[in-house]
Amino acid sequence: MKKARVATLWLDGCSGCHMSLVDIDEAILIVAQRADIVYGPLVDAQEFPPDVDVAIVEGAVSSQDDLEKIKRVRERSRILVALGDCAVTSNVPSMRNRLPVKMLLERIYIEGADVQKGIPTDGVPTLLKQAIPLQDVVKVDVHVPGCPPSASSILFVLTELLDGRIPDLKSKVRFG
Amino acid sequence: MRTIVIDPVTRIEGHAKITIHLDDEGKVAETAFHVTQIRGFEKFTEGRPFYEMPAITARICGICPISHLLASVKACDAIMSVRIPPTAAKLRELLHCGQITQSHALSFFHLSSPDMLLGFDSDPARRNVIGVIEDHPALAKDGIALRKFGQQVIETLAKERIHPSWTVPGGVNAPLDRVARDRILAGLPEAKAIALRTIEFFKGVVDQFSDEIANFGNAPTLSAGLTDADGNLQLYDGGMRFVDASGKIVVDQMAPQDYQQFIGEATMPYSYLKAPYFKPLGFPNGVYRVGPLARLNVAARCGTPLADVEFAEFHQRFGKVVDSSFHFHYARLIEIIYALERMEMLLNDPAILDRHVRATAGVNALEGIGIAEAPRGTLIHHYKVNEDGAITWANLIVATGHNNLAISHSVDQVARRYIDGAKMQEGMLNRVSAVVRAYDPCLSCSTHADGQYPLDIQLVDAAGAVVDRRRS
Repeated sequence: MKKARVATLWLDGCSGCHMSLVDIDEAILIVAQRADIVYGPLVDAQEFPPDVDVAIVEGAVSSQDDLEKIKRVRERSRILVALGDCAVTSNVPSMRNRLPVKMLLERIYIEGADVQKGIPTDGVPTLLKQAIPLQDVVKVDVHVPGCPPSASSILFVLTELLDGRIPDLKSKVRFG
Repeated sequence: MRTIVIDPVTRIEGHAKITIHLDDEGKVAETAFHVTQIRGFEKFTEGRPFYEMPAITARICGICPISHLLASVKACDAIMSVRIPPTAAKLRELLHCGQITQSHALSFFHLSSPDMLLGFDSDPARRNVIGVIEDHPALAKDGIALRKFGQQVIETLAKERIHPSWTVPGGVNAPLDRVARDRILAGLPEAKAIALRTIEFFKGVVDQFSDEIANFGNAPTLSAGLTDADGNLQLYDGGMRFVDASGKIVVDQMAPQDYQQFIGEATMPYSYLKAPYFKPLGFPNGVYRVGPLARLNVAARCGTPLADVEFAEFHQRFGKVVDSSFHFHYARLIEIIYALERMEMLLNDPAILDRHVRATAGVNALEGIGIAEAPRGTLIHHYKVNEDGAITWANLIVATGHNNLAISHSVDQVARRYIDGAKMQEGMLNRVSAVVRAYDPCLSCSTHADGQYPLDIQLVDAAGAVVDRRRS
């Protein structure tokens, strides 16, 4: 049987959702028999590839880079999963939303430095005014809340998707 | 002139990119290590009650949330001006040992072992943990089992593997019961056996990497980390020590409240990650490293029997101060043994079951600083509050921040050694990524205020055109 092409992506989050994915422990051996991980923090692919079956995305959309990435991911993936509260609601990253970006950057790079004070601009992406959830930018097929979602619910989602079903998560997940 | 961009650096925990400028002969002229995310915890936490800080700042990093929880609750202990019950301190350290085990196992097995086991120049499509599972199943299963054990220790103590709420200002919110203690003790022999097998394996292959060892960031720097008054390695508590490149102690038993005397912070125009520096040497000369290698350079010994045997052999082979950043890997394996031995000592202490585990108090000081050794190095949380306990100011310095200057120098050194613009090969760029991996940077941590690392390496020619680019 042809293996499914699975990709994972980490935007503005803490990687706790990716860690919870790794917390499926030895079940990774079974998943690896049914799917190739074609992109993500655990593998060496440099570009998000075309023709992805399942893209699992952690984190909110916070920068111009994040925005471009999530649009590319949507174009190239059949199923897009928003994994965790930051991807679903923008959660902790959105705590900055009440503050102007300039104020945030000045606090850190001017007030918070004693040498070379100044806001970095060279080779770093511009922040969006607000950190926003994936569904504000692209169509999301499966929402998996949790901070992070448990390893067992992530394994359930993966298994259902690999079996060709959209997982029914009622009573299996919660926010926080 | 040409530019290579590695974007992102893969198999690291976060988002970074590297730009490499080549001269007309194709030799490396200049490099830059960019961290490309910024989140702003130091600003947006203003106004929050101080006792929310552990839960909020744990969300800086899902890889080492326990480190942030610990540095944060220690800063909160200081605001409450309490001395926490002795058993609470033991339980926090025990939790931390679980985290050191899982985080170091992740770094070694899941992220870096593919370079060493499959080869720096091997097929990038297979050069990952799945490739290791296929080619070296026994070692891969050991890695998964060891990480799982560390996570289970956290889960057993704190109820959740990631972002638990067990550690609180004043101690922990529930004592340890006998059943849970015995469950952890029952898993320790197997975890220790794995750790010892792995270090034996590593010691058998390490000489194959003599060229990488000689070129992976071996410029002399200061080292920094926590020790106790006798110089024993400490992870949860202790005083901060700096040693110079010859091993001479230049600062010892630094109290948390004195950190700003010794550590300054510089902004880097090309990175969202600031660069802390050792103030007495100034910027940019005050380069120091933190993390497993630095800790084994500052400590006189680990203080547990099996780890101390390895500690002695490590320094006998590579010197009193071990310079090469490649040896972060070796040091990490020694620290796993130490963490498992510490767990055993703590669990076998009858006091670990004491029911007094939490001190309660309100705001008794308007400022608090907490320092702990995260898996990747020294972590500092510094808060100021008003009389109501609302945060008015916060500063966080994370492990990867301390290492920022050293990582930049290491990237430059590796690029100069391996990159030849006349005949570019993927393996050359992978080595540049690999030296970053050796530091095990936590890009989520470093991006709390600074930036998340999507690693992006660009090769730029003399005219400024991008000739090659790697992104993760």
